[in-house]
Amino acid sequence: MKRLSFIFDDKLGLPLLLALGAAMVLVPTLNLMVPETSFFHVSTFTMSLWGKYLTYALLALAVDIVWGYLGILSLGHGVFFGLGGYAMGMYLMRQIGTRGEYGHPILPDFMVFLNWDKLPWFWHGFDMFPFAAVMIVLVPCLLAFVFGWFAFKSRVTGVYLSIITQALTFSVMLAFFRNEMGFGGNNGLTDFKDLLGFSLLNDGAKAALFTVTAGVLILAYIACRYLVSSKLGRVLAAIRDAEDRVRFFGYNVENVKLWIFVFSAGLAGIAGALYVPQVGIINPSEFSPLNSIEIVVWVAVGGRGTLYGAVAGALAVNWAKSYLTGALPDAWLFALGALFVVVTIFLPKGIAGLIRLKKEAA
Amino acid sequence: MIQPLKAFREFWPRDRVFDFLIPDVPPVLDTSHKVILYLEGISVSFDGFKAINDLNLYVDEGELRCIIGPNGAGKTTMMDIITGKTQPDSGVAWFGQTINLLKHTEPEIAEAGIGRKFQKPTVFEEHTVYENLELAMASDKRVLPTLFSTLTGEQRDMIDQTLEIVGLSEAFRTRAGALSHGQKQWLEIGMLLMQKPVLMLVDEPVAGMTRQEMEKTAELLTSLAGQRSIIVVEHDMDFVRSIAKKVTVLHQGSILAEGNMDEIQNNQKVREVYLGE
Repeated sequence: MKRLSFIFDDKLGLPLLLALGAAMVLVPTLNLMVPETSFFHVSTFTMSLWGKYLTYALLALAVDIVWGYLGILSLGHGVFFGLGGYAMGMYLMRQIGTRGEYGHPILPDFMVFLNWDKLPWFWHGFDMFPFAAVMIVLVPCLLAFVFGWFAFKSRVTGVYLSIITQALTFSVMLAFFRNEMGFGGNNGLTDFKDLLGFSLLNDGAKAALFTVTAGVLILAYIACRYLVSSKLGRVLAAIRDAEDRVRFFGYNVENVKLWIFVFSAGLAGIAGALYVPQVGIINPSEFSPLNSIEIVVWVAVGGRGTLYGAVAGALAVNWAKSYLTGALPDAWLFALGALFVVVTIFLPKGIAGLIRLKKEAA
Repeated sequence: MIQPLKAFREFWPRDRVFDFLIPDVPPVLDTSHKVILYLEGISVSFDGFKAINDLNLYVDEGELRCIIGPNGAGKTTMMDIITGKTQPDSGVAWFGQTINLLKHTEPEIAEAGIGRKFQKPTVFEEHTVYENLELAMASDKRVLPTLFSTLTGEQRDMIDQTLEIVGLSEAFRTRAGALSHGQKQWLEIGMLLMQKPVLMLVDEPVAGMTRQEMEKTAELLTSLAGQRSIIVVEHDMDFVRSIAKKVTVLHQGSILAEGNMDEIQNNQKVREVYLGE
């Protein structure tokens, strides 16, 4: 019991975990078992939408670890999310087989269209799920490692680091827009048929995806919670508050930053991989700098430096986005901007800070 | 047939080991000559400004040394060089007889046993006093061991003792950011102690302290010397007089005078540059 205290000490995180656990079981049940005419029926559309939000929540966790705890404002986490998504997309493309428009047994449609006669080398192996699963984590981690190695070892910090992360995601976006790269150019990868043999059009598969996403989010939350309540977690916050002080106590600050950045990139990659089958498409716009900034807004709104804040922020902002883009399509961008300004000025610790204030007042 | 074999043997001599195959064993601190710190012929300049100019300084084992000097005399730069933050343009810096300070990074030097207190008291404001000490504690500081580390009973005792020494036993649950200025200074000294340093560099420990706090700090530092060497950089003359046996005066990046407090105060050159006479 004592070993699990890191979960139970998290007073606001625990209810969130329980809610996620309940949703993980209830939502698919209400979708599959309850007849459509019933009031309690959850439509497949709603389920997939919230499944997408859950992947965003996972992405927000990844950003919160590096920003809220370690103090590195990454404005390029979309790149890791997108790469994870592309790895999943490549697996899904290879599963289409002869069912594509051109019916080629090996080449995806866009390659046939470009008159390519064989598969580029980096597409090999993606017909096997275990290989793709490894790549989903490995590719974002590798990019984060190489980027972090150069950025942290040369002690780039603060706003300069934010700017180069932004440049990183922008340059990857430009690269993926090119047809010659072999990732489908600006159309990206789409028209997916099935995942692990289950048809993605099937309600059952969608329910399963929702359950898996919620489960992965819970596991990731627990892992992050373990990390931040460990001594390493306290070192992270210490680096955020007084980096030089930590260095002169004998911690290798650059190594800590590097490994946490890589861990965070891996989480973002998994989030991207879960996102793609639920929305049915991945294209270079996922790498756009604006997307990465939006992630930071979710975390800021929820409350950086608290894990439940990041999850709640991602869910709340995205729900509001879906609602507003439906009700008042022109208003969303203004609302997002206003939200960020209001949170920055009045709620520097986000919704989580507001809850804590209320608790202290009571 | 024999010729290539001979060439191969010459390429791979059995009595020699390639440099990169020799494991990099960090040298053990050796102070058999009773000197803990050697700085010889150190010079460093920033954009043409000579911050340190041919500095020679030796500190003995267990000594409490005070360094005084007007602003810009190079005191902080000297600490930066000792702790590996700044590379000098010329000169050598050795920790004991075996550790070349110029070849190591800040964390490596900290691990070797040099602790440093900053001029502005720097503690981890969001953490409690107890956690501050825990973070500073001498332990395996690599990433994974830190992730899985738990406090042993021995380590708890060490934290409790340190809390006692710096007089923060009652405040151990307080957030460090909520401490008074003086308490923060003591906490930082306590954090240094947790590191089990052999040499402590203490930059302006009494800046902004009340008279009472200053006395307490003087007591603390004198009690700590002996088991370890301490270098104190300070402006406050009364404080220096109350703790120092040996004082070094730094001026324009090099040593102007060295001796006990009385000698320093009667030194004509010191009076000219320091007291403006």
